[in-house]
Amino acid sequence: MKILVPVKRVVDYNVKVRVKPDQTGVDLANVKMSMNPFCEIAVEEAIRLKEKGIAEEIVVVSIGPAQAQETIRTALAMGADRGIHVTTDETVEPLGVAKILKGVVEAESPELVLLGKQAIDDDSNATGQMLAALMGWPQATFASEVEKTDSGFKVTREIDGGLQTLSIPSPAVVTTDLRLNEPRYASLPNIMKAKRKPIDAKTPDDFGVDISPRLEVVKVSEPPKREAGVKVETVEELVGKLKNEAGVI
Amino acid sequence: MTVLVIAEHDNAELNDATRAAVTAASKIGGDIHVLVAGKGAGAVADAAGKLDGVAKVLHADAEALEKKLAEAMEALVVSIAGDYDAILAPATTVGKNFMPRVAAQLDVMLISDITAVESADTFVRPIYAGNAMLTVKSNDAKKVITVRPTTFDKAGDGGSASVDTIDAPAPAANSEFVSEELSKSDRPELTQAKIVISGGRGMGNGENFAILEKVADKLNAAVGASRAAVDAGFVPNDYQVGQTGKVVAPELYIAVGISGAIQHLAGMKDSKVIVAINKDEEAPIFSVADYGLVADLFDAVPAFEAELEKAGY
Repeated sequence: MKILVPVKRVVDYNVKVRVKPDQTGVDLANVKMSMNPFCEIAVEEAIRLKEKGIAEEIVVVSIGPAQAQETIRTALAMGADRGIHVTTDETVEPLGVAKILKGVVEAESPELVLLGKQAIDDDSNATGQMLAALMGWPQATFASEVEKTDSGFKVTREIDGGLQTLSIPSPAVVTTDLRLNEPRYASLPNIMKAKRKPIDAKTPDDFGVDISPRLEVVKVSEPPKREAGVKVETVEELVGKLKNEAGVI
Repeated sequence: MTVLVIAEHDNAELNDATRAAVTAASKIGGDIHVLVAGKGAGAVADAAGKLDGVAKVLHADAEALEKKLAEAMEALVVSIAGDYDAILAPATTVGKNFMPRVAAQLDVMLISDITAVESADTFVRPIYAGNAMLTVKSNDAKKVITVRPTTFDKAGDGGSASVDTIDAPAPAANSEFVSEELSKSDRPELTQAKIVISGGRGMGNGENFAILEKVADKLNAAVGASRAAVDAGFVPNDYQVGQTGKVVAPELYIAVGISGAIQHLAGMKDSKVIVAINKDEEAPIFSVADYGLVADLFDAVPAFEAELEKAGY
């Protein structure tokens, strides 16, 4: 079985992003970038399926500027086999990403596309589902457990209020949630080895996809600021304020 | 202009998230229709007809719709999409599951998790876990939108719309429901709770979360945790509130032994009232807290519980 794992380079989750004063976006100059945490979980899960002998090959794909190659290298160092870099300096919306991925899927014919449920920059939570729809494939989103069955996969999903288990035939799209696994760190020898693993260079044009955005950014603004409130001295005072002043209990 | 709202429900009762989505739809303008897709969900369809501002309810009944499987929901919504200028669903795990499929099928870019409607084509949505607010104008002919339920008022019951039955087409792909394990806790779900009490690394271990649970039981609150507490193995990952966990916006958020890392603040700073209990008075959590109590949590939390008891909770 071949697994395709799309990954995204995003602002590191520990960075406090700042909105640009001209409100055109957030300031990305000199900001630490990393692989999106949910994508890391997807890479890890694919590697575990390979280690169990269920998957034979893991192909990692990233769409983005030249530096997205570093993100692909990270996945290769974790244990993926080869990469595909679809180079573009444009911001590609999930719909455009899904269309490019459809082209990659048609060229690679994976049995499973395993990807993060959302990127922590744009927070759309859409790419996996969109790809599944464009392919006419079944999906299991927000996975906390993935098991191979004879005909496909049994996936446990994180839903509001608990867990849901679905059975889906392959080929399919699965998106990862936090509880699925804890991603490994790449070892130094594996980082060295990853430098020799192949990365194919492509462009959105290779897949005949129009990536022009459908949503026009009007502005990016600061969220309403919270002011620090008051310090209370005792729990009696706290309960009193919550009850009588704030009226929330 | 006609707007379709897709109802969230459990086949027995209409979920409040639907009411928030109806309010968002009313801000877009035009007639509002509500789609109730389910299995034996007639009572939900009737309830949807009573919502303020709703002109018509469409009711589809099918096996695959019982659990609102994404593939079946996609086929159903796409089959009626031609009649609508905008399609909205609450940004719950159900809505987030099928709405992107609908958008892709209609060749439209989804507008996820909106927190405000500026006009019929312009919306505000949080990005970077709410650390920035993005205002976008959609140039697509049809708008496909998910609505953050916590930021819109809940539509009341003043309507009397008719209920039309519609057919559910067969989906292109099939997933099959196997089982469901809903948390048996009597406590509300983290993202729906009106009150949330969360513990951080300061809790010391998992057993100590019992003192938070006691308070939670008194206040009908959900229990959450910071990433530090989850990483330390105190509680399971689904407790996590923060950028990589759940985003909550309850009426009252009580942060106990939580320092207030950016990643945690991103998940709770839209709460109406924030209380911080921490022995470190320099902890960043105090900079967002409405009420701060500098105290050892192991003294303060049991005392807080006793005080609630005294007050009749």
